[in-house]
Amino acid sequence: MSAPGAIVVGGGLGGLWATLRLAEAGFPVRLFSLFEVKRSHSVCAQGGINAVLDTKGERDSIDQHILDTIKGGEYLANQPPIKSLCEQAPGLIRTFARMGVTFSRTPEGGLDLRLFGGVKHRRTCFAGASTGQQLLYGVDQQVRRLESLGRVEKFEWWEFLSLLIDADGRCRGILAMDLRSLEVRPFLADTVVLASGGFGQLYAPKTTTSTNSTGAAASRVYQQGAWFANGEFFQFHPTAMLGRDKTRLMSEAARGEGGRVWVPRTPGDRRDPRRIPERERFYFLEEFFPAYGNTVARDEASRAIWRVTRELGLGIGGGDRVYLDLTHLDRRFVATRLGAILEIYRKFAGSDPLDTPMEIFPAAHYGMGGLWVDFERDTDGGMRPGSARNHATNIPGLYACGECDYAYHGANRLGANSLLSASFSGRVAGEAAANYLRGLDPARPALPETLITAERRRQEAINQRLLDADGEENPYTLHQALGALMTERVGVVRDNAGLEQALAELDRLEARLARIGLGEANRWANQTLVFTRQLADMIVLAKAVTASALARDECRGAHHKPDFELPIPEGKFPGDPEFEDYRARWRENNTRWLKTTLAEYAAPRPRIHYQAVDLSVCPPSEPRDYR
Amino acid sequence: MRETPSTIELRIRRQDGPDTPPYWETFVLPYAPDHNVVSVLMALREHPLTHDGRRVDPVCWDHNCMEEVCGSCAMLINGVPRPACSALIDQLEQPIVLEPLPKFPVVRDLLVDRSAIDAGLRKVHAWIEIDGAWDTHEPPPRIAPQQWATDYLYSRCMSCGCCMAACPQFGAGSEFVGPAPLAQVRLMNAHPTGRHDKTERLHAIMAEGGLSDCGNAQNCVRVCPKAIPLTTAIGELGRQTSIQALKDLFGPS
Repeated sequence: MSAPGAIVVGGGLGGLWATLRLAEAGFPVRLFSLFEVKRSHSVCAQGGINAVLDTKGERDSIDQHILDTIKGGEYLANQPPIKSLCEQAPGLIRTFARMGVTFSRTPEGGLDLRLFGGVKHRRTCFAGASTGQQLLYGVDQQVRRLESLGRVEKFEWWEFLSLLIDADGRCRGILAMDLRSLEVRPFLADTVVLASGGFGQLYAPKTTTSTNSTGAAASRVYQQGAWFANGEFFQFHPTAMLGRDKTRLMSEAARGEGGRVWVPRTPGDRRDPRRIPERERFYFLEEFFPAYGNTVARDEASRAIWRVTRELGLGIGGGDRVYLDLTHLDRRFVATRLGAILEIYRKFAGSDPLDTPMEIFPAAHYGMGGLWVDFERDTDGGMRPGSARNHATNIPGLYACGECDYAYHGANRLGANSLLSASFSGRVAGEAAANYLRGLDPARPALPETLITAERRRQEAINQRLLDADGEENPYTLHQALGALMTERVGVVRDNAGLEQALAELDRLEARLARIGLGEANRWANQTLVFTRQLADMIVLAKAVTASALARDECRGAHHKPDFELPIPEGKFPGDPEFEDYRARWRENNTRWLKTTLAEYAAPRPRIHYQAVDLSVCPPSEPRDYR
Repeated sequence: MRETPSTIELRIRRQDGPDTPPYWETFVLPYAPDHNVVSVLMALREHPLTHDGRRVDPVCWDHNCMEEVCGSCAMLINGVPRPACSALIDQLEQPIVLEPLPKFPVVRDLLVDRSAIDAGLRKVHAWIEIDGAWDTHEPPPRIAPQQWATDYLYSRCMSCGCCMAACPQFGAGSEFVGPAPLAQVRLMNAHPTGRHDKTERLHAIMAEGGLSDCGNAQNCVRVCPKAIPLTTAIGELGRQTSIQALKDLFGPS
């Protein structure tokens, strides 16, 4: 048996961090990516990365960061990993800074911090308006350095197809496809780290994610036995600017600085918004939430927009759009405070938000759920550093990190925690995988050639079948149907009848996919073939997400089923019998539902199990009460 | 104000593979005011019919973030290298002429191989030498906000390749690394730790294919979608390499 090596799939923040730590541990790493790694979706994160540096004289504390993350996720995430995440965030930032990341600076030359959603202290490091891009480039440069030393080998323009799993159930390598020649080739390794990102494209085009965020790679390992956890928790950002190709994030700051959200009171009113008089405008956030008005929390805002457009039929022109209006504000004030985000709107919408109200709608933004990963609890209550169990999936030898895992955000994610979890989990997964390699039996048997050949032939047969197919269905049309279905039924608001229908509809989509025709026979760089393969896996993943949503009868974080809502009794407070009754029902609901959803692949429907959540740092004691 | 058109006409330079001859095809699609070049290509791949009703292979092109930050979708649009996602149809003359980004080998249609950018970054050592990707428990190097403001301009380079496509010196048969990797030398040489390896980087760009191959056409700075002051960087590197040449001649002071 040759010296053990590692494979990393995906070159965003998670994958590059894992690559760095594996290579630094002395193991050769082969890094696979669908494109040049620096084009990964991590570049899209604009806002920042949380770390308690407490350099603003505000007495911020790591304990508070831990608490904010736990509560933001409505207690659904295991707490030891969160504890380690928050404790190690400052060290991670210092490491990034040494790599040359251009963090914005204070006059004294230190790292500047900004305030970010739902948090009382300035805790968010940022690099201009492109933090994700800057962080990614920092690790990209380090990986390029290791590459020049021959310690990392990049396979860009290669797609992960499947794991090679031995008779003991251990992951021993991958099958990958050259996206130009369509050659299918086995790559052997003793550990594989999957860092393939999120799955927002299930909701296309109403998603802020990149077109490669299909979730196909995660779906493939799920179909090979990896558990998919908490798939029903997907964050929708309330204010995304509409586009035919995608919806682009419009920062919360637009509402924070005085932007007002409205629709015309008359359904289907087609007048120029500037000609609609005040009394004929419905400022629905201000009416629904008198205390918070337009600055109400993300999920509340998304649900209100959903209600106004989909239930009341008041969307602009009868469609999925509402106004986000800045035109009443002082032009100079808005230009100074919101310059960068106004520029984005001008660039992609072609109109000026200072002259015309912006048109927005909620969009699928971030999946909290993902591949289930383990952790080992340390005596201090955090994750034990270096444990080979950390970020290990249930398939031995397979690790997962970044948005494709489920570990840190529970039922909802705090702003600026995603760049942190992507980086941290990549580092942890790399270290864990390195220790897994160190612990391997040197006398382990080689993977039988017959197994490798069989898997290669199976994958080649899929390609050939697609090239030969001459059905009437078009994969891009089917993708739109998938996106519309998921947006409609498994989106901002869910109900069980709709989810049942969605599962049936997903079966029909699968049947239609069997009648596909690529419309091209060119084997070279055949993007339609590649996408069709991804689409098949997206539909399977959509079933896991939908079945998980159907099974969970409660409202928690981003998963909202109005039939199971537990509202706080109005005007009642602790001590009032109505409130105490509510508290009892809240406790009862936690006993029933405060647990991790595990979807296990099975045809035609996934099997759903539950697992207890580790609440050892801060058990839930009081319901959330924002009054 | 221009009259609102009822259609979108595309003339696309196509190529089936790296070694096959290019050819042109014309497509006509229904107009919509909110289209950009990527969304039109997405609509086209669903129904790839030429203007005379011939069914052809879908057009290949590269795209990912569609927010002008990943650099994938750069192509030649009406003769100008630029990202396709931010090229709004309403702001383009019709017919809209799409060609692969020049100077890079064509893979297929509008898809090109930009690995030369990566090779350039490796050649100029566009990284900071650190002891390792772990915490050293020391505060990060201090950087004045004034310096940050200029550094940040360069750190936003997304390797889209527009500057290289527009550069008369870069391309097949030339060793020139091109403007994008040079700007990264400017950035790395300014970093407090990056300065340690300034000499190595300067030597890399004083060699063949380095700074002296720049013909000062200034095309790069005109086409950069992120308005990175590439020629300013090249000017600064000119001074740095001149000083380095003197140091090399006379030895350290």
